[in-house]
Amino acid sequence: MRSNLGVDLHGLRFPQPVLSASGCLATGHDVPALVDLRKLGGVVTRSLTFGPSKGWATPRSAETPSGLLTAVGLQNPGALAFVDEDLPRLVKAGVPVVASVAGASLGEYVNVASTVHLKPGVVALEVCVSCPDDERAGEPFYARPERLTEIVGAVARLSRVPVFAKLPPLLPGLVETAQACVRAGAFGLTLIDAVPALAVDSQRLRTRTATPVGGLSGPAIKPVALAAVYQVSRALPDVPVMGVGGIATGEDAVEFLLAGAWAVQVGTALLVDPSVHVEIAEGIMRYLKEKGFASPDEMRGRVRVRDAKIGSP
Amino acid sequence: MRRVRAEVLNAKRVGAYHSITIVAPEVAERVRPGQFVSVAMPEGRTFLLRRHFSIHQASRRGGWAGTLEFVFDPRGPGSSWLAEVKAHQFLDVIGPLGKAFAYPAKLTTCLLVAEGHGSAPMYFLGQELRARGKRVDMLVGAETQELVFKPIEAKRLAQTIVITTEDGSLGETGGVIDVLPQVVESTGAQVIYAATGRQTLRRISEFCAERRIPSQVAVEEEMACGIGLCFTCTVPVIRKDGSGYDNLRACIDGPVFNPARILWDRWMGEEPRMVATPPEGFPVVKTWPG
Repeated sequence: MRSNLGVDLHGLRFPQPVLSASGCLATGHDVPALVDLRKLGGVVTRSLTFGPSKGWATPRSAETPSGLLTAVGLQNPGALAFVDEDLPRLVKAGVPVVASVAGASLGEYVNVASTVHLKPGVVALEVCVSCPDDERAGEPFYARPERLTEIVGAVARLSRVPVFAKLPPLLPGLVETAQACVRAGAFGLTLIDAVPALAVDSQRLRTRTATPVGGLSGPAIKPVALAAVYQVSRALPDVPVMGVGGIATGEDAVEFLLAGAWAVQVGTALLVDPSVHVEIAEGIMRYLKEKGFASPDEMRGRVRVRDAKIGSP
Repeated sequence: MRRVRAEVLNAKRVGAYHSITIVAPEVAERVRPGQFVSVAMPEGRTFLLRRHFSIHQASRRGGWAGTLEFVFDPRGPGSSWLAEVKAHQFLDVIGPLGKAFAYPAKLTTCLLVAEGHGSAPMYFLGQELRARGKRVDMLVGAETQELVFKPIEAKRLAQTIVITTEDGSLGETGGVIDVLPQVVESTGAQVIYAATGRQTLRRISEFCAERRIPSQVAVEEEMACGIGLCFTCTVPVIRKDGSGYDNLRACIDGPVFNPARILWDRWMGEEPRMVATPPEGFPVVKTWPG
């Protein structure tokens, strides 16, 4: 049997199922030649605000056991500069672009989305809802489900390309929130956003990042992400889910696909090994051949629940 | 920027520090003082990120051609693993990374100021400056005598060397900043290069601004990827036209900066001043001499 890595998310096609996660490949500007963009299924950009944003104070990162805690803020050149300068480079490299949309208000999300959604090369939008909401004293947008769906709905209504809502894992009622996003018009979901986390320097009695609570990524969050993908994709089997969180090997990616992801994104691993996406894709291909699947779509959600042992003494 | 699988030629202790020499001709022939390499950690550990080291020596000719050496403090996860690495093992190395120190075209008397293992790149810089016919003086500091990096080699390289230790176990008692004015006076330094902690760098910067001495500093900032992807290692730097500032990545736009253009208040996390333009009288040394 010939196996093929291409995936089809209800007509949104990626040449292979491994994309770069938001924040881990800048905005496409000065990406080192070490990263072979053509080998990525797609690039999810750093989250874009409307104007340029400087981000938070340093230190912005702390290494934690099997994880990376980052509190960068939304440093990016802004949607306008992205469209003029960075996007053409990504288009030239021939890689599908998913623009990550951020903002501090509903209006800003709408402005960013309308700036990028019709640009050639942009195949989808991803809505980041972890940024602070200026209209609610800096509370993150995801903190209230109705605010979250308001944002996702506004972007989805105007966008001519598919819109993914990127959700953090700790929402009360993750599945209900995912359903609400879809009702509001989201085409799919990206699971999961970085997990809110803190690192403490006990010797100096202070936090290790300048902005105390950052987002945890890396292998430490992989099981959390898998659970989110599994639960949401069971409840919403027809809704495309992109799995993200701690993927560093082909086997990790396969686990996400089996749990129900339609495609995966790799982030922290790319910071450590700029060619990891190539190895992950090769690993998926080996698995497809070994198990006799024709494509990643065919193995999607095929994880079975382990039989319970009954009657053991 | 290249990624190579580099063989370890030599791994040894140097005083309180650890030194590793690797065979990496593709990197060694391009690298300049102030630049750094990143080294991958082994898989299956709880620490993930690559470690970043500034270059202590790079040999382009002779019996050691194509090798480069970096020095580190063997404490902490990652560096303690690296301290166990033996000759003939292989490391996953990316380099050279970052912007290097610039050499002055006309000015001739250079003072190199460093503390702790920040001194490591200064020896490479000193050699390159000497090769360009510059006078090199060094001011090297550390907490204790054991932590002074290669004082004997410094004597060989520099016209004059002043050593300071916090406990007075070697040289002058105190930090480099305490003796900087005298050293500048006695050497007639026209250019200052510095690599040390933020607090001291800031004071060196203020001193240089006051005396109008052009200077360059190599900064340290928490760096996750080292190749410009993650935006964690930024430093607030005033734009050349003075129209504001940008958070520049130390891995791409640094680690060497003109200290007169660093917004120290903001970087040190003190009461951030929202400056659209540099404050009045802010001594911006606009161009590097020559």
